Amino acid sequence: MKRMIGLALAAAFCAGQANAQELTGTLKNIKETGVITLGHRDSSIPFSYLDDNQKPIGYAMDICYKIVEAVKKELKLDKLEVKLTPVTSSTRIPLLANGTIDLECGSTTNNTDRQKQIAYTNTHFLTASRFVSKKSSKINSIDDLKGKSVVSTSGTTNIKQLTEANAARNLNINIIPAKDHAEAFLMVETDRAVAFVMDDILLASLVAGSKAPADYVISKDAFSKPEPYGIMLRKDDPAFKKVADAATAALYQSPEGTKIYEKWFMAKIPPKGLNLNVPIGPEQKKSFAKPSDSPDPDAYAM
Amino acid sequence: MNYNWNWSIFFEPAPGGTGTYFNMLLSGLWLTIQTGVFAWIIALVFGSIIGVLRTLPSKTAYWVGFAYVEFFRNMPLLVQLFLWFFVLPELVPRSWGLWLKQLPNAPFYTAAIGVGLFMSARVAVQLAAGIASLPRGQKQAATALGLTTVQSYRYVLLPIAFRIILPPLTSEFLNTIKNTAVAITIGLIELTGQARSMQEFSFQVFEAFTAATVMYLLINIIVVTGMRFLERSLAIPGYITGK
Repeated sequence: MKRMIGLALAAAFCAGQANAQELTGTLKNIKETGVITLGHRDSSIPFSYLDDNQKPIGYAMDICYKIVEAVKKELKLDKLEVKLTPVTSSTRIPLLANGTIDLECGSTTNNTDRQKQIAYTNTHFLTASRFVSKKSSKINSIDDLKGKSVVSTSGTTNIKQLTEANAARNLNINIIPAKDHAEAFLMVETDRAVAFVMDDILLASLVAGSKAPADYVISKDAFSKPEPYGIMLRKDDPAFKKVADAATAALYQSPEGTKIYEKWFMAKIPPKGLNLNVPIGPEQKKSFAKPSDSPDPDAYAM
Repeated sequence: MNYNWNWSIFFEPAPGGTGTYFNMLLSGLWLTIQTGVFAWIIALVFGSIIGVLRTLPSKTAYWVGFAYVEFFRNMPLLVQLFLWFFVLPELVPRSWGLWLKQLPNAPFYTAAIGVGLFMSARVAVQLAAGIASLPRGQKQAATALGLTTVQSYRYVLLPIAFRIILPPLTSEFLNTIKNTAVAITIGLIELTGQARSMQEFSFQVFEAFTAATVMYLLINIIVVTGMRFLERSLAIPGYITGK
């Protein structure tokens, strides 16, 4: 008899489990708590940064809010509370892994190595590795950097590409690693380095925000093909990724995608009224027409 | 927690073509040791001079020592390194500034000197306390024997004072090694810097920082053991620090 009760209990328990299995992972969590948490950066202009009211805004934030809307619709919730948590490049992985944040809305490069740890939704931006220098130092090409001091941010794909180009082309560049983008730019500003190698969009925003934007020039030469940025989410959570992918694909393919792009890259943005003036490129157009989460730059090449 | 543990990451090749991730951390460890030792030598030399100045009968010497100590210990180390690296070259004449900026390995020397001077203020205070803890009779006896001030410090006061402050000096040595981690702010890619690079490249955050933690622990255990031996071999039987 005892055994029978045990079996019945087990059966009931299994049935309960089967019910809950309709929703798994992040979606289940959001449904239960009624809260979704977005991780944002504090100075990744114009992707995700704080405005004068300390409120996170930006291109990636707008896209994330579209995903939030889709999640709300998918779960048929009347109310979905959005919590915002600041992250840095060191904290984004642990906070995503331990469930503190559900999406990381910023400017994180999508590559194969990183995909072993986390997943990305559709690419929202493409950027190539270029360098910024002072106009007065008259450096026009990568070869002009020969024998000079060049800075890049440590731990980025950019410094890796610079190291490789340095070895392959025998440039004899003295490579200086910097802790973050602001300090790397400061090294060019104070003449400790003649150039700073970084994603061209980040260079554009650093130049636009500097004391004398007219003094700087961004190179035509690139160290890499345009590489994809993606919004990060937890790995092995196909249901949540499906919602995020569908929402971003729908956004990019509609005219609204281009509108959001122009809002952040072609118009004045808060807080200082900068205009980055980066028109939508052919690769970006292609990634909007055919949304993809591929880490391979060749997938976006024309 | 949804985290993909991968302890074999250390044996995978790191981007940049300089070997595995483990080699990358080791090169950081080596730089940490070099910076730490160089900074410690500076801290000991300057700390000793200033510590002695603070105990001399001369008022001027006391004030010089006082100003030095308060200048270096009242400013965060991070700010000090930033000032040395970014602000100092702008304050000196332009040609000197340019020369400073173009020095090879500038972050290494700036970090070693910056951390060294910061720690020297702490060494100075401890040495002054060590000297002050000696019975007054020692100094008086030295004078009575006809020793000059330099001689009484060299042969009577300092040998005992240094023995008394050896245990806290061990802590300061450990602090010096740990403080070199602040040097990533001026682009010195030592152990903490390499661990950060590793986490950026591979996204294996916890593995990278666990390894760095273990490495810091190991060098500090070696330092502690070494200093114990030093304490024991220098101990004077029958005196406070001896058994």
